[in-house]
Amino acid sequence: MAGSLTGEERRTCLLILGVLALCALGIAVPGRWDPIGVHGLMVVLLCAGAAGYLLLRLNVPEPSPEELSGYYDAPIKVGVGLTMAWAIFGMFVGVWVAAQLAWPDLTFHQAWSSFGRLRPAHTTGVIFGFGGNALITTSYHVVQRTSRAPLADRVSPWFVLFGFNLFCLLAVTGYAMGLTQSKEYAEPEWYADIWLVIVWVTYFVLFLRTLARRKEPHIYVANWYYLAFIVVVAILHIVNNLAVPITLASAKSYTVWPGVQDAMVQWWYGHNAVAFFLTAGFLAMMYYYLPKRADRPIFSYRLSILSFWGITFFYMWAGSHHLHYTALPHWVQTLGMSFSVMLLVPSWASAGNALMTMRGAWHKLRDDATLRFMVVAAVFYGLSTFEGSFMAIRAVNSLSHYTDWTVGHVHAGALGWVALITFGSLYTLVPSVWKRQSMYSNALVELHFWLALSGTLIYIFAMWNSGVIQGLMWRTYTENNALAYSFVDSLVAMYPYYIARTVGGFLFLLGAIVGSINIWLTVRRSPASQAAPGVYDRPHDLDPTPNAAE
Amino acid sequence: MSKTEVDPATGEQTTGHEWNGIKELDNPVPRGVLIFVVVTHVFAILWWFLMPAFPLGWTYTRGLLGIDQRATVEQAISANQAERASWTSAIETSSFDQIQADESLMAVVKDTGPQLFGDNCGACHGFDASGRSNYPDLTDGDWLWGDGSAEAVAETMRVGINTSHPESRFAQMPAFGRDGMLASADVRTVARYVYSLSHPEFSTEENLESIAQGESLFAENCSGCHGAAALGDAETGTPNLTDAYWLYGGELDQIIESVHGGRAGHMPTWDERLTPVERKVLALYVHSLGGTTP
Repeated sequence: MAGSLTGEERRTCLLILGVLALCALGIAVPGRWDPIGVHGLMVVLLCAGAAGYLLLRLNVPEPSPEELSGYYDAPIKVGVGLTMAWAIFGMFVGVWVAAQLAWPDLTFHQAWSSFGRLRPAHTTGVIFGFGGNALITTSYHVVQRTSRAPLADRVSPWFVLFGFNLFCLLAVTGYAMGLTQSKEYAEPEWYADIWLVIVWVTYFVLFLRTLARRKEPHIYVANWYYLAFIVVVAILHIVNNLAVPITLASAKSYTVWPGVQDAMVQWWYGHNAVAFFLTAGFLAMMYYYLPKRADRPIFSYRLSILSFWGITFFYMWAGSHHLHYTALPHWVQTLGMSFSVMLLVPSWASAGNALMTMRGAWHKLRDDATLRFMVVAAVFYGLSTFEGSFMAIRAVNSLSHYTDWTVGHVHAGALGWVALITFGSLYTLVPSVWKRQSMYSNALVELHFWLALSGTLIYIFAMWNSGVIQGLMWRTYTENNALAYSFVDSLVAMYPYYIARTVGGFLFLLGAIVGSINIWLTVRRSPASQAAPGVYDRPHDLDPTPNAAE
Repeated sequence: MSKTEVDPATGEQTTGHEWNGIKELDNPVPRGVLIFVVVTHVFAILWWFLMPAFPLGWTYTRGLLGIDQRATVEQAISANQAERASWTSAIETSSFDQIQADESLMAVVKDTGPQLFGDNCGACHGFDASGRSNYPDLTDGDWLWGDGSAEAVAETMRVGINTSHPESRFAQMPAFGRDGMLASADVRTVARYVYSLSHPEFSTEENLESIAQGESLFAENCSGCHGAAALGDAETGTPNLTDAYWLYGGELDQIIESVHGGRAGHMPTWDERLTPVERKVLALYVHSLGGTTP
């Protein structure tokens, strides 16, 4: 890690760590009687650890000029490790909270392990920890290769990667201490939010500067999506987290948004987090790794344009479908519903573009589990976006809202789409970045695929059944026009499905563990690739002017 | 680089772009996609005309159908209330005796009572109303307050026990030990006497003396509420100490704990949270569970 930086870059890192540690100390001392003090101290210690690591390596030889002019892949390698670590953590907590719903005593009577604190640890762990690291890691890989330019500098990629992971760590440890803004998927408190803004703006600048150095005349589709992901997530994050802390020495803050406007801002955020964090960025992965692996051209450039602008435009309006039949004015609900219906076409166009790209390569699915991961992910993407538009219709929503159907829908997207496309991408990226002939074991990739697919299917079928039964039980009346079931009756009916869901999630977790072992063995044991470096294996930095290829 | 070529597998033209070996075909957007775009947009535009859809400063477009979610909910609620009126008005106006004599009304109680009980009472009393430690069993015929009649149960639900309701039922067992009214040894002695009332086998030769001491302590400290014979009083919510029913446990150490630390249970008032009809249905349902005669 340190060996990939020049001496000057190492000193810059030390300076950044020093400034961060001072800021953290400024929080830790006045906030010593508050959980914010724990976080301040934690950051100080982490900075000290990182600085110690760098100081011990100040004399490690600098990279050669050859290395300095090549693609910068060191942060990608660390990012792969972080992605899989968060996958296992987040999915383990997911299985745990799923089990708590069937067997509530699994909290072991500790405050930190209560459902209300573990559940955001699961969602943050998988969405931001696993998903976020996968997005940052693959974006570093894709933007360099498709621009034929190295990352714009060598310090900010580390700042973004570790800074983002620090945010995730502050979030998860904060939940354990009971800290939350009570905004779904935006639980971390004000200081963690401010930190993420700094990290995210750095990411944006890094990505733009790298794109600006590209040696290709056009910007590839994957980079449109990465850029949309970075820009919109920044906007969403800032607007939804506008809050006033009660003092600078306290973690507690109050949002600036009142009443139903708060709900609207929250679900504008929440739905676009699905759109731009969990969809746009992962579509970027799909657009690079799927054609790469299938070795086929993208089916239609024009379809890419239609779906990109459709997705970025329509998603922005759809958030209010999370608030059907609430205090939100009816007209806002109508807009949310109608835009969700129009959104279906561009979503399906993306999935269709991916599947049509497979023409001429379908036979590869039989033996290549990596490619199968990505193709099945595209199918799940199509299915869950259809389901999403369907559930956004008010009449359907009156049955599905507040039930496990929603949970099933989310996991059809999160497991079937987001996680499968990520694993497929990683299995393509790892041998390429570490310059290995292939993954260590194709049998383990195959095993991972079937564990992941069966886990996903068990999970979503359990939640569909559970959700529809719940929804129907809550709206069934007796002949006397009284409710036919108490709430607890519906809970009793959920019990077998909660167990099935736990089993499905456990299989999925098992698959992630198998995948991590396989990646580890690939790095450690797989023979090095014998292929001669191709034209794309190095950036064209020798060209005197940018965009020389034009 | 920017040279279009023909993809051998499909015979289609590429755009000539290439990124790290990835090319694109120059296919048009399929006709099916365009038709689908038109269909969804036509639906959305139609829907905007029919329903409330766009803001206009202080107001919004109302839609040709004139549908408003608040009005829809109000209509649904009043329609439901109108249909329920066939039995709610009868239950509201009839006395408990009249309802109990009316088979069709009692069928409604059996039909709706369990759900009301499950949503409002079961969390404490258990979903089969059999109670658990510290929460009374409602099926056993032993009643702290009143005689177990539907009227008495309804009144307990209305005002609650130890609540902020102005007419709340109120009962508190003082903390004799903790508040220093009885010495620690005396707490044990009086508890032994109380224990012996429901456990005659405890009155052995060797225990007789301490039980007699406990009896005199009981007369001085406890009989004011529990009565000289410790039979309690359902008018003041004082438990009978001679029977087999124990809310906080009838073992000797549990009795010691009750005498030492006192007891003041809490039952919420349902005066504002449930309608009179719902409370009546619940009272009749609880009454029907069999806990009527001791």
